[in-house]
Amino acid sequence: MENILNIRNVSKIYQSAGSALTVLNQINFSITKGATVAITGPSGSGKTTLLGLCAGLDSATNGTVELNGIALENLNEDQRANVRNQNIGFIFQNFQLLPTLTALENVMVPMELRGAKNIKKHALELLDKVGLSDRSHHYPIQLSGGEQQRVSLARAFSNQPAILFADEPTGNLDAETSEKITKLLFDLNKDASTTLVIVTHDLELAAKTSRTIKIKGGVIIADQSNNVI
Amino acid sequence: MQSENTKLSTAWLFKMAWRDSRKNRSRLLLFISSIVLGIAALVAVYSFKDNLQRDIDNQAKELTGADLIIESRKAITPKRQLILDSLGEERSKEKSFASMVYFVKNGGNRLIQIKALEGNYPYYGNIETQPAIAAKSFQQGKDALVDQTLLLQYDAKVGDSVKIGEVTFKIAGSLIKAPGQTGISTTVAPIVYIPLKYLDETALLKVGSRVNYKFFYRFKNPNTVDEFVKKNENAFEIEGLSADTVASKKEETGRSFKDVSRFLALSGFIALLLGCVGVGSAIHVYIQEKLSAIATLRCLGLKAWQAFLIYLIQIFFIGLIAAVIGCVLGTLIQFLLPIVLKDFLPVTITMQVSWSAVAQGILLGLVISVLFALPSLLSVRKISPLNAIRASVEHGKRKFDPLQGIVYGLMFLFILGFTYLQMRGWIQTVVFTVGIAIAFGLLIAFSKLLMFLVRKLLPQSLSYVWRQGFANLYRPNNQTLMLTVSIGLATAFIATLFFVQGILINRVTLSAGSNQPNMVLFDIQNTQKESLAKLTKDYKLPLMNQVPIITMRIEEINGKKASGDSTDRGAFRGEIRATYQDTLTAAEKIVDGKWLGKVGENGEVRISLDQLYARRINVKVNDKIVFNVQGMLIPTVVGSLREVNWGRLQTNFRVVFPSGVLEDAPQFHVLMTRVPSSEVSAKYQGAVVKSFPNISVIDLDLVLKLLDEILDKIGFVIRFMAGFSMVTGWVVLISAVLTSKNQRIKESILLRTMGASRKQILSINAIEYFFLGALAATAGLILALSGSWALARFSFEANFVPPLGATLILLLGVILMVVVTGILSTRSILNQPPLKILRNEGN
Repeated sequence: MENILNIRNVSKIYQSAGSALTVLNQINFSITKGATVAITGPSGSGKTTLLGLCAGLDSATNGTVELNGIALENLNEDQRANVRNQNIGFIFQNFQLLPTLTALENVMVPMELRGAKNIKKHALELLDKVGLSDRSHHYPIQLSGGEQQRVSLARAFSNQPAILFADEPTGNLDAETSEKITKLLFDLNKDASTTLVIVTHDLELAAKTSRTIKIKGGVIIADQSNNVI
Repeated sequence: MQSENTKLSTAWLFKMAWRDSRKNRSRLLLFISSIVLGIAALVAVYSFKDNLQRDIDNQAKELTGADLIIESRKAITPKRQLILDSLGEERSKEKSFASMVYFVKNGGNRLIQIKALEGNYPYYGNIETQPAIAAKSFQQGKDALVDQTLLLQYDAKVGDSVKIGEVTFKIAGSLIKAPGQTGISTTVAPIVYIPLKYLDETALLKVGSRVNYKFFYRFKNPNTVDEFVKKNENAFEIEGLSADTVASKKEETGRSFKDVSRFLALSGFIALLLGCVGVGSAIHVYIQEKLSAIATLRCLGLKAWQAFLIYLIQIFFIGLIAAVIGCVLGTLIQFLLPIVLKDFLPVTITMQVSWSAVAQGILLGLVISVLFALPSLLSVRKISPLNAIRASVEHGKRKFDPLQGIVYGLMFLFILGFTYLQMRGWIQTVVFTVGIAIAFGLLIAFSKLLMFLVRKLLPQSLSYVWRQGFANLYRPNNQTLMLTVSIGLATAFIATLFFVQGILINRVTLSAGSNQPNMVLFDIQNTQKESLAKLTKDYKLPLMNQVPIITMRIEEINGKKASGDSTDRGAFRGEIRATYQDTLTAAEKIVDGKWLGKVGENGEVRISLDQLYARRINVKVNDKIVFNVQGMLIPTVVGSLREVNWGRLQTNFRVVFPSGVLEDAPQFHVLMTRVPSSEVSAKYQGAVVKSFPNISVIDLDLVLKLLDEILDKIGFVIRFMAGFSMVTGWVVLISAVLTSKNQRIKESILLRTMGASRKQILSINAIEYFFLGALAATAGLILALSGSWALARFSFEANFVPPLGATLILLLGVILMVVVTGILSTRSILNQPPLKILRNEGN
């Protein structure tokens, strides 16, 4: 199986007040296309930093990140933005919907950025899939937390990304809503055959993926397959 | 393909800018509203300037009243008179001078400007009188036209009589306006017209009288006038004549009003700069609040420059709206300017919309809103997508952004360039720009210092409400600096104006002192000297200063006569009023050479010159000057140079002769005295005018009143323009308070959730605004006090004692305004339950 993400000897060191703080140290792993992977670890372990590096949101101090065959460390910020738009979908813990855009417009943004045409129909289909077709003209402030995350899911899948990064996707939701969102996330992912990388400290959610990478103190302490039912 | 993508992308950027602004348009407009008043002020001034120039062009003939005016300060020689009488198709002449008018009915008297007129002047426009016919008919009999304000002041009316010199005239009409006359000129010297044929009968013109001769002409073909004047320029110059034509008057009036327009435009520009500070700061906070949305868009693939463009488009259009509102407001305000400036205008203004002023206003609004928003907008490029997954992102050491540097450079060049366009002189431009920079710099430094001190010295023992109120002054995203600068600058502007007015008034009042004379009598003839002295003593008034004055001209300097060369014309042309004395007065100090009070034994006349005058005519000690005293040539040597304190209320002279030379020359005298009260003053003046009608009296009380009146009129114009800065400062304050509203909502929610009462939250806000207002007003007042002190010390050479009461009132006024505005703007937060605000937060 072909790899969509290759992380080689990646370190992230912050210089603060004259001293160096190593957040990630010599990280190595690969993810094959279509896989579902969870990155878990306690708070401060470096998992969000790792997600930022994998998704091209930040640059590593050392090492290489190769996403869908593109070496990110050689790209400038605008080129990385282009890679994100063409290849990556995001789901955030705090939803990160644009407050001045309606639900429909939020879903359309990644496609608009791509310059795609006839996008409204596709966006409405996605909202329908997440059960929000009747709320398409509502602003984020008019939606509940669960509804906002569903819009976020529709947006993440709107430009048919090769890989989807989800940062604590259920972290701000109650148990019942979390369950619904998780099911929706995995269903949509299955339909679109997208690679899914979830950063979470929720072991139950992590167990639903095919592989879990455990990280602690900036190093990988375990990388194991899960028995997915 | 590339171009199609670019086109698509551009359209999307506009769409995104539109969408993103949805919930923020009113806020954005509020930010930009800071510049509305500045734009309005400038558009009003520009429109007024355009209209004024057009009206000067259209009414130039009415302004001069003739095709040609020839003017002289000395009597015309018979030979020259023949030539002057041969010019033009129609001729009029006028002799004008200062003298006393005596109102027969009630005994009132006052120093006025007499205009003795003969002929049908004005040929264009008219002398406006009430009744209108009086302007034409007054020359037929012993009639006078008396300034309307003077009639009001002395409770006189048409039909009453005034005595001028030896002649009693009937008041034929109330004088409303003469050609080229302004309200301010009649305040200084009210005019009374009499027929020229009765001037000799008045017996007012004596030795030494300062008479201004004017000859008015109407030409059949006025187009030849300018050419005629140009051809005779040198001859006029040598004869000491000056010529005014419609064209030269138009140019001269336009030029003097250009200076007024420049001053007004600069006042408007200060308001605009204050607004710019407001825009810059508000956009900074706006972008901070957009951080998360921008980071999310960057995660979704938005490029850095695209994010920058989205917000640039928003600012551009909001700036455009603000500029248009400013232009509309300015066009309306321009209708107020003729009212504000009515005392200074020589023409009737017909107001119209000036499209060039509107275009300039829109362009200025756009440039300024974009330029001052750019530093914050450029930072959008640096917002990391990581902000979407992390609340705070460590940036490491912030690198210098060359584009930011360029923008700050452009801002400086913009201010410099704009100022130059108003000033048209680099020295003034640099002085103004540096002055503004220093004022901004000082206010910024002061604000930072106080924030630092509050932070360091805030006692922990204070109650929570006080500590929180103080802490708000230096919390992240605080508006302390911006508000200190804007409100402080506006306060400084208004206060300086007030202080300077006080300095000028005080200076004149102090010069009167209790031992100083407060009344000056001049044009006293030799024969009147003793009788006047007796009359003065009869009224128990002191003879404080009795000085002879002799009128003369310079004939030769070091053997050189007037050559017609423009470099030495100044020395030879002017008429000099000199005196003779054997001792120096208290106001004089020898700085070079030696003062001899008497003519030397060898008959050498060693005179003393005021050092500034000597410098001007390029003469030094031991140079030889020949004076022409009423036709008699007197050779002299410059024996000494004096430093003269012109600020003292006493007679001072540029040229002082020793005693023993001029005693028999035609001369007149000046007498100074001190009257104890206005009642004595009125009685004494009445007696002087009755017994010696040719003697003019200057009453210091009247001078003070006039000065106060003139300063009030000028002050009103300045206050009107400074008002734009004040209101802009206030708009910036409201904008700043509302800008930080979201942050305050969060705090209030937290505090209320934790059990803080409405009163406590209100107190925290009130404390913050109180100290913010106090800080800004104190900073502004310190600036104003220092500036006024410097002006008093170096420019007016006067003492500056700050008016404590007025300063305190200004301080409290500003504080009250800031507290009330702040509390009213944040009141909505307090009136709602925390949950509701929580739901609406981010709206």
